[in-house]
Amino acid sequence: MPQISQLSEVFSSQLFWLAVVFGLIFFGIGRGMLPKIRSTVDARDEQVSSDLEKAKAARSGAEETEAQWRARMDEARAEAARIAQKAKGESARETEARIKAAVTEIDARVEAARQRIRDAAAAARAELEGVAADAAQQMVEQLTGIKVKEQDAAKAVAAELHVMTTVER
Amino acid sequence: MAAQGKIDPMHQFTIEPIASLHIGSYNVSFTNSALWMVITLALIFGFIALGMKRELVPGRWQMAVEGLTGFVDDMVKVNIGSEGRKFVPYIFTLFTFILVSNFLGLLPLAIIPGFHPFTTTSQFSLTGVLAVMSFSIVVIVGFWRHGLGFFKLFVPHGTPVPMIPLIFPIEFISFWVRPFSLGLRLFVAMIAGHILMEVFGSFIVNGFNGGALGWGVGFLSFLFVIFVVALELLMCAIQAYVFALLTTLYLSDAIHLH
Repeated sequence: MPQISQLSEVFSSQLFWLAVVFGLIFFGIGRGMLPKIRSTVDARDEQVSSDLEKAKAARSGAEETEAQWRARMDEARAEAARIAQKAKGESARETEARIKAAVTEIDARVEAARQRIRDAAAAARAELEGVAADAAQQMVEQLTGIKVKEQDAAKAVAAELHVMTTVER
Repeated sequence: MAAQGKIDPMHQFTIEPIASLHIGSYNVSFTNSALWMVITLALIFGFIALGMKRELVPGRWQMAVEGLTGFVDDMVKVNIGSEGRKFVPYIFTLFTFILVSNFLGLLPLAIIPGFHPFTTTSQFSLTGVLAVMSFSIVVIVGFWRHGLGFFKLFVPHGTPVPMIPLIFPIEFISFWVRPFSLGLRLFVAMIAGHILMEVFGSFIVNGFNGGALGWGVGFLSFLFVIFVVALELLMCAIQAYVFALLTTLYLSDAIHLH
């Protein structure tokens, strides 16, 4: 086994070169380059986490904005509904008022018309009564020779016509 | 291959000087072992240096390097906690050095005549030094942090008082056995795997040289070697991981005292 038979011969050389190589790896790479690699990794991790943090903040900001926007939208919608309701009520009232005015006017005109009809009817009746009384007076005079006073004739005609109109009714 | 036609499975572990060097009376010759250590260093350095662009969005290579350093970081963090950060360079050095050395030893370079890869981690003169170094750090950290209170490590929590004289020596011995188990595990795993591959490789060569039965043996050995190489690849990674993991566990013991 050369490991044993050569031991005393090569041990110092083995130790020396191991010390050199191990030392170079330890100080050159382990203490020189390793921290730089580690700091790069750390910097990246930090960057990633800070970016994530930022993204999270941005998202919550966006959500807040959205919530505000939604609230404003809701408010505006409610306002619009209120205005529409009010306008509807107002227009309904106005329409009602106009209808009422129109109805009163129409009623008035109808009343006036009725009045005129009544007046016309009364006038017609008066004329009719006059004519009828006259006719009755002459008919009585020609048939009987009795002179009837104008007033009596008028009274009788009026009474008769009154009966007729009541019967008609 | 040592002598004519004979296959010596131990030959691959022989350390041969390449350039003779001396410091004082010490022999520090540049050997094939030293050469492969330097190759290990060069590979690790190259691998890390190519991933040092330090970009925010890493490329593939940088990703691989950060994966390796992150792996060691995580291992230390999980086993020691946040105090373990200062041990990361040491654990990283251990892990990468053992891992790359193990894998280098498996390179099929013996196809080139007169040339073969040298597995530095199959030398207990090397794994032993690594184990003693890890163990020394554990002991130094333990006494540094806890003073004589470090001896509480040998008395687990909740031990009944009459049991202490019995438990203490057992724990004490198991503690001192740690460097041996640490160093020997790696050494044995490496040397056993390499001898196994070499032996079955020689079966293939000798089998195909001799008769119809030999062909059968050679073919079976070939199948077996494929399996063993796959297993060895796994073993290389596992042994490096185990060495680093056990060092972190021992360090965690020394820092937290159970």
